[in-house]
Amino acid sequence: MTVFYLLAEAPEERLIKFFDEQTNILLGVVFLVLVLALGAIYALRRQPENIVNPAVRRTFELRVRAWCMMFAILVAGFFLRGVNGPAILFGLVSFWALREYITMTPTRPADHKTLFWALFFFTPAQYVLVGLGDPNQWSSRGSDLYYGMFSALIPVYASLLIPASIAISGDEKRFLERTAKIQVGLLICVYALSYAPALLNLELFEDPKREIAWEGSPAGLLFYFVLLVQLGDIFQYGWGKLMGRRVIAPKINSSRTWEGFLGGVLTTALVAVLLRFATPFEGLEAFCMGAVVAIMGFAGGMTMSAIKRDRGVKDYGTLVQGHAGVLDRIDSLCFAAPVFFHLAMHRPFFYL
Amino acid sequence: MRLTAHVLSFVAKLLSGASVRWVDEFKIDTSQRVYFANHTSHLDALVLWSSLPKQLRALTRPVAAKDYWNKGAIRRYIADTFNALLIDRTNIKVHRSPVETMIRAIGDEHSLIVFPEGGRNTEPTMGSFKSGLYYLAKKKPELELIPVYIDNLNRVLPKGEFLPVPLLSCITIGAPMWLEEGEPKMEFLARARDAVQNLKEL
Repeated sequence: MTVFYLLAEAPEERLIKFFDEQTNILLGVVFLVLVLALGAIYALRRQPENIVNPAVRRTFELRVRAWCMMFAILVAGFFLRGVNGPAILFGLVSFWALREYITMTPTRPADHKTLFWALFFFTPAQYVLVGLGDPNQWSSRGSDLYYGMFSALIPVYASLLIPASIAISGDEKRFLERTAKIQVGLLICVYALSYAPALLNLELFEDPKREIAWEGSPAGLLFYFVLLVQLGDIFQYGWGKLMGRRVIAPKINSSRTWEGFLGGVLTTALVAVLLRFATPFEGLEAFCMGAVVAIMGFAGGMTMSAIKRDRGVKDYGTLVQGHAGVLDRIDSLCFAAPVFFHLAMHRPFFYL
Repeated sequence: MRLTAHVLSFVAKLLSGASVRWVDEFKIDTSQRVYFANHTSHLDALVLWSSLPKQLRALTRPVAAKDYWNKGAIRRYIADTFNALLIDRTNIKVHRSPVETMIRAIGDEHSLIVFPEGGRNTEPTMGSFKSGLYYLAKKKPELELIPVYIDNLNRVLPKGEFLPVPLLSCITIGAPMWLEEGEPKMEFLARARDAVQNLKEL
């Protein structure tokens, strides 16, 4: 309750506008593209079956549905910033993703209590720390304290307490394997993804000496990041379909090719330069950021494919019938978020 | 009472993320049925009951052990909420055998949820079925016997645990079966157990 009380006390004038002109342009363009995509789906549905490959059509429909969801979650989060909307909504996504991950991963009965704490303590705690770190709502204390807390919670406390708690449960069978499963689940589904809403907490500057504060909207930066990750996925898929020949690891994922990867990284980097008006980045810097985001998205996709192949499932969604696979949609986001956050915070490409 | 039941079943559904699959086209009619399922968790009866269509819920009574569910006010209250039929596992007498009690209790309108393994199973494979299902089918042959496989709930709330881990679970409801004329007890029980087991592979 104190949290909400203190939020109400936050001075109005310190609030950086979330919906500034650049952010609105970005949101508007994406909204238009989504409307067009929905129109395309509607038009395709009315065509006879044989015009488009049904598998491609299905992938397209699922993707568009996921994008609409993401768009709605982000915009809703921006509107609900007064009650830490972005942190809460990303937290729910993390919770659902971790739930899917553990459902797919075999655990032993002795892991029960550890799993409970992972889902009901570490997941919410991580996002509470992210939410508290918003500097616009906490005028007196900087976000540094909360940055230190949220970046250490899972790597330090959870990573050490999980093996201890499994040891206490008294079942020694496949101990390291069980520990690693839960640690990796928390790391990817919760810790890594929480860096996306944490972008809203960053204090950014226009110049290398960190003297002129960046006036733009952090919401625009978060949206720019999510957009680049999604575009990176599309471009890699597109280039792979067009000219993909050399499959990278056929046993892991038969559709990821070197051509698709390189084409996707380059195209994403170019789009990152075009859209940099919503960010404090310079041209070359934006290019590097775009490339890094695409590379990390690729890394996330490959890692999740490997986990799925090991478990013998194709999509997390097909694991339990009737559930949409959240983890399928956010794998690249999870891997790109911490790296993008880290580079945006320290901006090494700035000095290129 | 009714409200508590709906709230509890909503919470159970949320926690178990249960998706329900019907192997057969499931007709909502009020013919009397016996749903029999594998048993690994306290949530089994609750989640199975909540996954039935509304009209059938009111008519369906889970069968539970009296020695467990009659202990303490909370357990008694929960059993009461779901209109559970409590069966004495310890003190079985000829003139009040569990099967007699069940048949008397359902009259000609209620359906039952039973767990023929006789208790929550902690092994990875299903236990053998107790003979109650056979006698039930023999005494009242018009009952539709419906196999149900409950997957993953043992990970949500295993035996001996109090805090649930809300993983995604799945309930598969199979096609009805009946006792064949002159079918021996052991054969029928094995067939019923296989019917549940086969749903796992689907």
